[in-house]
Parts: sequence; structure tokens; C-alpha cells
Amino acid sequence: MSGAARGPAAVTIGGTSIALRTSDEPFLRMLEARYGAFIDCSGSRRCDDEFELELESPAGTSPDDELHVFRRDGCWHMERGDFRAHWDPAARRGKVRQSRNPYAIDAVLRIVHTLLLAGQGGALMHAASAIRDGKAYVFAGVSGAGKTTLARLAPGDVRVLSDEVSCVRKTAGGYRAYGTPFSGELAQPGENVDAPLAAIYLLAQGAENRVEPVSKAVAARAVLANTLFFAQDAQLVRAVFNSGIELAQQVPVLRLTFVPDARVWELIGTRRDMLMETVA
Amino acid sequence: MSETRYVARAANVAARMIGGEMMIMSGRDSSLFSLNETASTLWQAADGMTPMDQIALAICREFEIDEGTALRDLQEVAEALARHGILVLSDAPVPAAEPTKASP
Repeated sequence: MSGAARGPAAVTIGGTSIALRTSDEPFLRMLEARYGAFIDCSGSRRCDDEFELELESPAGTSPDDELHVFRRDGCWHMERGDFRAHWDPAARRGKVRQSRNPYAIDAVLRIVHTLLLAGQGGALMHAASAIRDGKAYVFAGVSGAGKTTLARLAPGDVRVLSDEVSCVRKTAGGYRAYGTPFSGELAQPGENVDAPLAAIYLLAQGAENRVEPVSKAVAARAVLANTLFFAQDAQLVRAVFNSGIELAQQVPVLRLTFVPDARVWELIGTRRDMLMETVA
Repeated sequence: MSETRYVARAANVAARMIGGEMMIMSGRDSSLFSLNETASTLWQAADGMTPMDQIALAICREFEIDEGTALRDLQEVAEALARHGILVLSDAPVPAAEPTKASP
């Protein structure tokens, strides 16, 4: 078998393509299986940024170690027990030295996307998301709130974008939600599609299914609390803060209390749901 | 014995009043804080030049509590927010930073 490198592998999330360059064929195959429709290993896709992967464990190996993301001399540095990475946003090049576990490259991709989105009025959110009738819905909540449950209960006409990490971007036509390959307990990537964002639901499990408006303060607090951001950088924190508040003001934010069965989807994207939005 | 202390908003934070609630995000670690009414009043008064006992006096008038209690509560809140890098405490007047220049 030839040792010639394929790729680079292009991982595209929210319209941004990041090239991952490695000659390690088994690792590439693992990435293909993990990122599904979000990865293209043909080498033909034009990428915005490129990372060279060096598959050697740094001193530590644990993904549970504390994460540090900071900017020094114009470069972003990302460090955890199982990886060390740096990225020059001006040159749009970076390098990742990591163990072979997939969580390391997952983390690097998430961090880079949060840094890019922070400057674009968007965010990665700790939330499930889905498309129904051409509109996207984001379901935010802490672990155990029901994100994966809701994704599992989705009927056939619903396209699940993620059960764990959702991508929201501000575009000229308003906010859009995009699928991501980052999964939770569902353990499968979302669909690589996008749609205009119609509402953000704050999940709570309860004794009945209901949708209700929330105050502006609750909406802003919930959106900010569920925004993923890892960098110790005051300038970008301000951007993230302002983006989150704007998102909460521009898109209806509703509380969705639900019994964990399929009937909850009768409330999503329905006429009744839209009436609640006008109340909010 | 009471020393005059001053309190100033930290530079590396983003803050905005939303629906009557003051929300602050730390630039140090992006932690999110939502302040109650008293803490919001403290935050807004924390110009670095007004002594804490004067801020306490204003809070006494606004919330109808006695000065000693107000000052004690205020010091606790100020110290807690200072530990999170949201406020700066000082024994001398300090210039307060503008928390954010962002448009609403």
C-alpha cells in the first residue's frame, strides 16, 4: 500500500472549512467516520484555515485536564492534557500536536470555530438544534435537560442538526443555524444543512408540554450561559457578550417544558408555537 | 474603626443592563454574573472616586435599610465581585474603566 497522503481533510461547519493535514491514514479514516457529511478528504475543497496534525502525545494525555486558550504575539494557543495547538489567524495556519484520541481534534475545531464566530456575531451553543418546514430551532439546556431526548424523539419530517453543540451565525438575511458533527449521547453527527433560525427554546422537563415566553433578562442570560467560549481574552469576551445579547433580542426565546415523549414535537414549528412568539 | 475604601469597575469586563438586570461577563474567564438590585446599584456607583460609605448611604435611602447593615452587605458584595475580577477595591481613589463601549 502506498504511504502517499490523501487530503488534506476539509472539515466544514457553518460554512467555514478547516483543513486538517496528516499522512496518518488510519487517523484520517477515523476522522471520516466521526465527521460524516462534514468532512471531505478528496483534497479538492478550498479551505479557509489549515492545521498540520502531529499525532504524538504531549506530556499529559487526559482530555479532563484544564483547558487554556490564550493569545500571545498574535497567535492563539490552545493547551489541554491531550493536545497542544497554536493558530496564526493572520496566516490562517496552525499546528496541532495531539494524542490519537478524537476528543482532542474535536476540541481544537470547537475552539477555533468559537474564536472565528465571536468576530462574526455568531456562536457555538451548548444546545441541540433541528430543522422543520424550512426553519431551524435551537434547544438549549444544561446536561440532562433533554437535548438528546428531544433529538431522539424527532419525527421523520425533522432534520436534526446536533443533539449537543449547535452553530448559529449572523448573516445578511438574519440568523441561521447550521448542523455540526459534534454529538452528545446520540453519538452521531448532525445533518450538514442549515436554515433560518426561528426560535430558541430553553429546555425543562415537566409534567406537561407547554411553551411560554420568558423575560428579556432570562433570554439574554440563557443564551449567554449556553454560549461556548473558552478563551481568556477580554476583547473577544466583549464580542461574545454583545453577540449573545443581540441574538437573544433578535430571535424569539421561549421556555419549552416537556414530557419526554414524541408529543412534544407537536409544539415545535406549529401555529400555536408562532402565536407564543408574538406574545414574547 | 472604619477605613475609607473605594470601588471601581474593572477594565476587562463587558456589562449591560437587560430588562432591569445587570449582566456582566468577566474578560478573564468569560464567567457570567447577574447582579441583584443592591449589587447593580453598587456596580453603577463604582466610579472609583466615591467612598464606599457614601455608596452605602445612597443604598440605605433607596432600599430603606440601616447604614451599618448596608455598608457590611456592600463590603461583602464588593469583595466577592473583586475576587471574580469584576470590581477593583482600593484604599485610595482609582479611575474606573468603562466596562464596554458596545452599542445596545
